[in-house]
Amino acid sequence: MAEIWSGTLWPVLVIVFYILLIAVPLMLAMAYLTYAERKIIGGMQLRQGPMTVGPYGLLQPLADGAKLFFKETVIPTGSNKIVFVLAPMVTFVLALIGWAVIPFGYGLVLADINVGVLYLFAISSLGVYGIIMAGWASNSRYAFLGALRSSAQMVSYEIAIGLIIINVLITAGSLNLSEIVLAQSGLWYAIPHFPMFMIFIVSILAETNRHPFDLPEDEATLVTGYNVEYSSMTFALFFLGEYMNMILMSAIAVILFLGGWLPPFAIFPFTLIPGPIWFILKICLVLFVFIWARATLPRYRYDQLMRLGWKVFLPLSLAWVVLTSGFLVYFDMLPR
Amino acid sequence: MTISLFLFYILAFVATAAAVMVVAARNPVHSVLFLILAFFNAAGLFVLIGAEFLAMVLVVVYVGAVAVLFMFVVMMLDISSVRMRGGALQYLPIGLLVGIILLVELVLVGGTWTLAGSEIASPSPPLDSGVTNTEALGRLLYTDYFYAFQAAGVILLVAIIGAITLTLRERGAIRRQDISMQVHRSRAEAVQLRKVKPRAGI
Repeated sequence: MAEIWSGTLWPVLVIVFYILLIAVPLMLAMAYLTYAERKIIGGMQLRQGPMTVGPYGLLQPLADGAKLFFKETVIPTGSNKIVFVLAPMVTFVLALIGWAVIPFGYGLVLADINVGVLYLFAISSLGVYGIIMAGWASNSRYAFLGALRSSAQMVSYEIAIGLIIINVLITAGSLNLSEIVLAQSGLWYAIPHFPMFMIFIVSILAETNRHPFDLPEDEATLVTGYNVEYSSMTFALFFLGEYMNMILMSAIAVILFLGGWLPPFAIFPFTLIPGPIWFILKICLVLFVFIWARATLPRYRYDQLMRLGWKVFLPLSLAWVVLTSGFLVYFDMLPR
Repeated sequence: MTISLFLFYILAFVATAAAVMVVAARNPVHSVLFLILAFFNAAGLFVLIGAEFLAMVLVVVYVGAVAVLFMFVVMMLDISSVRMRGGALQYLPIGLLVGIILLVELVLVGGTWTLAGSEIASPSPPLDSGVTNTEALGRLLYTDYFYAFQAAGVILLVAIIGAITLTLRERGAIRRQDISMQVHRSRAEAVQLRKVKPRAGI
């Protein structure tokens, strides 16, 4: 009995504790990301943003959560009920499980697997299922059109993201996220791979269906797209999933290009701040770009979006793969 | 019972059950969803035997790309499941034939596996223990089987070009957006200032 306890149950309990340690602050961060978004956009548009609930509107996310929680969950009669309820859960779970491999600091990672990058890529490529299931199960034209747009968009931009990741992998020589971060200790990849960094930032905007690529939930033409039939907690899960995906994608951008938990310069005043704080600060920087883009840019037209993905980003990132590998082989700088 | 054995039974059971449901589900979209579940559990089995690279590639390629296309096609087609059921008996003999052939083949493979002993039982070349399986796979593909790998790539390229040629058709009166042309228009050719007399028009 003691053997089962120490060999099986105790490690499982420890892992569950670690999962909670990651997931609970993440939920909180997500809630306050919506607040930050409203405040920043408010500031950019010369408004105040939420100010009523709590000091400076700080309790607004909690009020929003309570409101969504107490609303009635409406399941449309013509919908496919099981798939309809499953879709928001899929979205939310996929947004959460990506965090299992994200290193927050040196050795601070739940699962230090050798194929971390591939795992994240696989998880983000599954994100399309939540949306496509929601669109189909709602049995509504708007939702279905939104889902079709969204899946085509996500599949297109994943190709560019995959090629950009290959660039980083060639330079770092590992699929392990911690090793990729450590390989950047001299120079962040955002500098040698600057064009790829830019394309990656634009692609993650498209991958998370954010402005200016939020065509799946285009209010003007599709009401709100794939989640038009959802209400209450089912809607809240989609909403949470979208913001969680934003944070996850920002974390991936930070790990691949901005040196993860490493300080900008490994000299005295910068090394005082611990790694996880740097990591969070960098994530906030990328998230700010997300919100900034939303406040600034008008929505793309669908054919322009497809053109950008297939005719601009794909050839460019493929050419950069050839260039990077050619450069590394010629100067004999390939990582061993 | 260790955790990995327990996980193996769960994954294997769910994979088999999902595979049965792919055939048995009445709604084709549900079939595709069960197929995805089966892929997932297969990926889990790969992880259990330590082939994490294969597992991730299975998820990226099959679940992330191929099954999405399946899903698209099945959702777009308006398949009436009742009409589909009607012809099931008609195809039963050929289905049974294929099933029996597959079963016999599997039994033969399993039989030689146990009879022949260690040579066939571990046909893979020995790996260095310090090498991750991604690296081991890469070394094998890009050194020993380089030409076969390149040939596979060329075949896929031909398939892509073939698919594009099949769907490509000339459409006459279509106005495409030429962005460089739009950008390079000057003010002189785009805007005209005219003085218009009242009630005369241009």
